[in-house]
Amino acid sequence: MPLITEITIFVLAAFVGFEVISKVPTTLHTPLMSQTNAIHGIVLLGGLIVVGLSDFWLDNLIGTIAIAFGTINIVGGFMVTDRMLGMFVRKPRKEEPPEQPSDDSDSNGE
Amino acid sequence: MTLVAALDPQSASVQACYIVAFSLFIFGIRRGTHPTTAKQGNLIAAAGMVIAIATTLALKGIGNWGLIAIGLVGGAIVGVVASRRVQMTAMPQMVALYNGVGGGAVALIAWAEFRHDISIGEAIPLDTFVPILFSMVIGSVSFWGSNIAFGKLQGLIPGQPWKVPGQQVINAVLLVGIVAACIVLGIDHDSGPSQGLFIAVLIAAALLGNLFVLPIGGADMPVVISLLNAFTGLSAAAAGIALDNVALIVAGTLVGSSGTILTLAMATAMNRSVPNILFAGFGALPTGGAATAERPVTSIGAQDAAIKLAYADSVVIVPGYGMAVAQAQHAVKEMANELEKRGVDVAYAIHPVAGRMPGHMNVLLAEADVPYEELKEMDDINPEMPHTDVAVVIGANDVTNPAAKDDPDSPIAGMPIIEVDEAHEVIVIKRSLSPGFAGIDNALFYHEKTSMLFSDAKQAASDIAAEIENL
Repeated sequence: MPLITEITIFVLAAFVGFEVISKVPTTLHTPLMSQTNAIHGIVLLGGLIVVGLSDFWLDNLIGTIAIAFGTINIVGGFMVTDRMLGMFVRKPRKEEPPEQPSDDSDSNGE
Repeated sequence: MTLVAALDPQSASVQACYIVAFSLFIFGIRRGTHPTTAKQGNLIAAAGMVIAIATTLALKGIGNWGLIAIGLVGGAIVGVVASRRVQMTAMPQMVALYNGVGGGAVALIAWAEFRHDISIGEAIPLDTFVPILFSMVIGSVSFWGSNIAFGKLQGLIPGQPWKVPGQQVINAVLLVGIVAACIVLGIDHDSGPSQGLFIAVLIAAALLGNLFVLPIGGADMPVVISLLNAFTGLSAAAAGIALDNVALIVAGTLVGSSGTILTLAMATAMNRSVPNILFAGFGALPTGGAATAERPVTSIGAQDAAIKLAYADSVVIVPGYGMAVAQAQHAVKEMANELEKRGVDVAYAIHPVAGRMPGHMNVLLAEADVPYEELKEMDDINPEMPHTDVAVVIGANDVTNPAAKDDPDSPIAGMPIIEVDEAHEVIVIKRSLSPGFAGIDNALFYHEKTSMLFSDAKQAASDIAAEIENL
């Protein structure tokens, strides 16, 4: 792909990003940060290509660590965002039985 | 480019899949503009990610399935466990950690790509090489910087700014050194020594990431995380240019935009410029008058507080991070329920930087089933304050400090605050008179309208709730 095409995509994506993200209310900024954070884990694709094609041990080692890092970023990021947003979604249902665990429990039983 | 060229990923079907993937990212974020649709939006974005990964795995020539499986499964297990166990109060450091591994992945991939291009033995075109260097340097800074931010928020590293003389000079020298080394690499990257120089750049970038974040106070870590989030996004976009991958370019750029917007929003909420946050070492400032601790305060108990609240018409609750640390959000919600039963109008005033990240307090209150309609943003609640009978400050401090308005010499002068001092009465629930995260004394505590209830936030809220019930 010619560099100029890639820069064009970059600039347009930056404008789309600013437009879309400016509309997200402050209430949702923490989930937004965590969700966009998950999205940059897409760099994992680069790791898949490196490991998928290389036969040299060092490239494979670097690439496998990169895949693991990227996967943590993606899986963890989306799941934690889902947990946070689940709390907002539950809101309209009034007076459901409290299912919150005790306050010092480690997981919140989502 | 060379790696990818062998894969023929430019076929229309592969490109189409990538376009679908990034469209789903944009659509997913777009659904994130309302609390009721945001969860679905997140799933849509995640679906885009699955498509992108599946497409890449289906590219011809991809092998080494064992290693790929180890990376994917290992990473997934860590990600699932970490995201299930993390407490909502610890969300900022969790985001920092995820951002760090993302940045680390970018830097490692750039390194591997560089090694691979060298091994082929032909000259690397500059439009591949420059993005590789960019992703490696920025990804590495992001990895190390995020880890320091995590350490500070988690309390593993002292939150105070860590200063050594001439730190900014050292950072500047490092940065100039990295740029110079990159230029040398760009001119002559085909000879043997360039591998060593490349690794030297990687190490220098790691050092820069550490030294960049260490001098910044713990209170400013969310801004740093947001900025590093933007950095990781941009480095991923650069990696996309190097690898000719359109999904990477678009996704990385979106994250870059998001991180930039959030960084600026936080800086505005604190009335400070981004350079001031990054380079001023805030928190190291002397805390003004030590004599202030001598000033008299009015102290009350839970019963008096309950009476004040129960006979009010309108109550505004101002929660802060202290409330979250005490895990008091459920008790506070209980207290609010009791008040609402008596017909008292209850609202929550959320400062843009309440909690440790923008919107963090909203998440914590949502966890306690507080309807998001009751959460009022600062600009909406401040005009209501003069008509409010009682403002209850729970675990918040700096964001209510009237010194931000009245005292031009205060370190937080000009920071927008929740104007609780405008309410008829103020109850502050706090363990002690100790200063907040910014390390400055709060004039509100000594105000004639203010009653201090010295207690743990959770205990106080449930005591008050019980007292109101018994009235």
